Amino acid sequence: MNLSVLLWLPLAAVVAGLILPAAEARFAALLGSLAALVYAVVMLFKFDGGQAGLQFVIDKPWISELGIHYKLGVDGLNLFLIALATVLFFACIAWSALREWERPRLFYLWLGLAESGVLGALMAQDLALFVIFFDLMLVPFLFLGGGWGTTPNRVASMVKLFIYTLVGSLLMLSAAVATGVLAPGDSVTFDLAQLASTSRRLPVGSQEWIFLCFAAAFLVKMPAFPLHGWMPDGYKAMPLPVLAVFSGILSKVAAYGFLRVVLPVYPDAAVHFQELLLLISLASILYGSAMAFTTPDARLILGYSSVAQLGFITLGIFSLTDQGGQGALLQAVNHGLVVAPAFLICALLAARSNGSEDIRDMGGIAFRAPILAALFLVVAFANLAMPGSSNFVGEFFILLGTFESKIVIAIVAFTGVVLASVYTLRLFIRSMHNRVGPHVESREIALTDGLVLAPLVALIVAFALYPQVALSKGEGAVKASIAQAKALTAPAKEASR
Amino acid sequence: MILAAAAKGPHIDWAGVSPLVALLGAATLVLLIGLLRPRVVREGLVPLLALAGFGAAIGLGIWQYHEQKDLIAGALRLDDLTIVLSFVFCGGGAAAVLLSWRAIAPREAAHGEYFALLLTSTAGMWVLVASQNLVTLFLGLELLSIPLYVLCATEMRRATSLESGLKYLIIGSVGSATLLYGLAFIYGATGSTDFAGIARAIGGDVATDSLLLTGIALTVAGLAFKASVAPFHQWTPDVYEGAPTPVTAFMAVATKAAAFGVFLRLFDVALIDTSVDWAPALATLATITIIVGNVGALGQSSLKRLMAWSSVAQAGYMLAGVVVATRLGVQATVFYLAVYLMMNLAAFAVIVIRERESGLGDDISSVQGLGAERPLLALPMTLAMLGLSGIPATAGFIGKFYLIDAAVSGDYAWLGVVIVIGSMVSLAYYLKVIAAMWMQDAPTPGAALATTGHPAMAGGSAEADSGRFEFETWFVALLFGGATLFFGIVPSPLFDLAVDAGRSLSGLF
Repeated sequence: MNLSVLLWLPLAAVVAGLILPAAEARFAALLGSLAALVYAVVMLFKFDGGQAGLQFVIDKPWISELGIHYKLGVDGLNLFLIALATVLFFACIAWSALREWERPRLFYLWLGLAESGVLGALMAQDLALFVIFFDLMLVPFLFLGGGWGTTPNRVASMVKLFIYTLVGSLLMLSAAVATGVLAPGDSVTFDLAQLASTSRRLPVGSQEWIFLCFAAAFLVKMPAFPLHGWMPDGYKAMPLPVLAVFSGILSKVAAYGFLRVVLPVYPDAAVHFQELLLLISLASILYGSAMAFTTPDARLILGYSSVAQLGFITLGIFSLTDQGGQGALLQAVNHGLVVAPAFLICALLAARSNGSEDIRDMGGIAFRAPILAALFLVVAFANLAMPGSSNFVGEFFILLGTFESKIVIAIVAFTGVVLASVYTLRLFIRSMHNRVGPHVESREIALTDGLVLAPLVALIVAFALYPQVALSKGEGAVKASIAQAKALTAPAKEASR
Repeated sequence: MILAAAAKGPHIDWAGVSPLVALLGAATLVLLIGLLRPRVVREGLVPLLALAGFGAAIGLGIWQYHEQKDLIAGALRLDDLTIVLSFVFCGGGAAAVLLSWRAIAPREAAHGEYFALLLTSTAGMWVLVASQNLVTLFLGLELLSIPLYVLCATEMRRATSLESGLKYLIIGSVGSATLLYGLAFIYGATGSTDFAGIARAIGGDVATDSLLLTGIALTVAGLAFKASVAPFHQWTPDVYEGAPTPVTAFMAVATKAAAFGVFLRLFDVALIDTSVDWAPALATLATITIIVGNVGALGQSSLKRLMAWSSVAQAGYMLAGVVVATRLGVQATVFYLAVYLMMNLAAFAVIVIRERESGLGDDISSVQGLGAERPLLALPMTLAMLGLSGIPATAGFIGKFYLIDAAVSGDYAWLGVVIVIGSMVSLAYYLKVIAAMWMQDAPTPGAALATTGHPAMAGGSAEADSGRFEFETWFVALLFGGATLFFGIVPSPLFDLAVDAGRSLSGLF
């Protein structure tokens, strides 16, 4: 397996697509993302679950003067997220290809660049490279939202989104440089595996401000409660297929960043700020849920539900327990698989209710659309973590982990599970059932759209049946990621007993 | 006997000064040829010769690369720092020639004079960054500045151009006077005009002499005028806006390179042992500059003013490389100067093109809708803006990374954070330009008069210029836009230059 191929395939395809006639540009993007998906699936099977550490590693010096390496690798932490990214990008590019866009070559160019950026951030094993891809993956969304967005004030919304998220990213840049330079050792390195070793660990004082910079970057990207200001406008402005990948995978990269970078490299700070992060997660869960069952906008219901779900994921990570971490990783994959089809369904709902995304204008859409209703129902059940779904397993692990470390927070967080069923069922019932809205025209999902949506839903079902696939392959890597921070919390616990 | 000895000049290493001779020779030649009658000579041959002059200076620089020698009895020093910086401002000069090829300014001011002034100013920069002596430093500075005062005012029928020239002259003179005063104090304290002599004297017992510290403070103020470091930056937006755009581009990249070259020479060689005194002061200046520049740029709707404020902010970033007084700092500053050249020239080339064809002057509306109409022209501008704000995959990101690296290694981690905070603020106005290009529709025809009140002043008459494809300006835009992207992905060649430049200053860590 050559990870460089997987990384650059989507971009190469869309760049090649620039020479195609505008109407055919979609096929280049489609082909590139399909090839990446196939490659990722092959990788999934070739991956040796029994082996610890990184596999398929590529490590070449890129900018030797700065000590930056082009180092890619796959382990249990990013394996399924990479697969998820390729699945979602393929689905969304296919969905977009069924629709007409102005300036299509440029549109698909940005989508392809976004896919390469996301894959790069997920595969990077060098801190500087991670930061570069983390910033780079945002740039296409600025252009996609601003150029093809749906609201009149889309430019302002997207600029706000971009500045918000880049503020975090730039802080992360200075923190990353500081990490490389200040880490003890004879030469500057940004290699994550080396930085995570105890001999390279930073002094606690530096770890703390660096941790806060990283946390800011990741929490903004998720988004988490006090830092979510860009979310409502930004989500409203983006075209729905773009939003589906944005919400489906970009926020997961942030969660992944905690596991990949923050916990292994800054364990002391992670323990020091554990409570702060747990409280932020808790606030996100409660705030996101409360907003999700008060807002009438279908997009924002999903947007705020993401805030809540990402709150759960952060909660699991910062419980600093094995179960919490595993649950968080599983939930990251689950949520990506759920929220992307949900946004696509949202587009179908809007198309059936005269373009309105307000659930008060919807109702009775299930009337003549049983297949659409069935697909939506599966997605909705997964989103509210129905027992039997993989999301249930994820949340269960997260809460189990949190119970072990901070029981009070876990008890409060439980209400989030209940609230999730309230807002998800509200969205489902108000749109699909109830009285038929005045401008609603109920019709079945088109075959082509169904072909995009059905495999995604099938994946949700498959994961519900076999969640242990992801759990077992990720187990070793998650434990290794949390081990140092966990070791630091253990003596504190014993002392208190 | 005594008379004969006094008349004997110092030994001159002609190979070493050859780039300088090329610049000054080309200036003389251009001035003379510009007097000829035929139009094709004035409008074709003269710029071509100017271009050849810059090319020769760069070529001779490559020939002398890796030489380390003192020239003209130690007045100048030829080393890799001089040569690398001369690449930067000769590149800037050559680009300015290309951008002025069909501009109105040389037509109004006579081609010979215009291009001779450009070459002379570049020669002044060469002297400045090579200087090893307070006297040559001042000489170089004046040789740099005086032609620029005139160049700013070369669009003689436009009031703002004249205003710009006059403003620059007055404020520049205040800066020069302050600098000269400071240099006199330094000489008074150390008893030497020679950089090495000053460093020796400071190594002795005058390090805390108040005379010396006053001198340093005044010198910093004088140089800060030239590098547009806040709070000595107030002239920048007005002068940049008023000057003919090719001259603005030249000032933005070349003057900055020269000013930072002398910052590095003076502070990292002559005054290195007092760095405990001046480093905190410069760090404070850098912080103020970053904040003032970025905040000032926020409300601008004129692209040239926006670039002016942005250049103030960028000067602040580069000052961080001087503050740390390490070899890494020198390298990062030189690297950033090279990168800054590319990004700025790409942006200014697009501004020049749009100024000539849109009739909207340099207002931000002149680039509105460019992404849909002319993606190939919007691309260099986009890359420049992304690069200046420090987005990855552009050379600007690597440059900023290097500067932060230098700041953190030099125990100025907080300055690294300030750079980053400045970049965040800067996103707001760089993105404004990008949004105008890609996300807004082109203004309706006829808006030109409504916006500016006068049709297409800067580019001459709009009718004559519109529709004509100008190869040379497009070349500058695409070349430097491409370079911004290329060196963002393959930065090693630039690193080699920066490392060589850093190595030529001895006595740094």
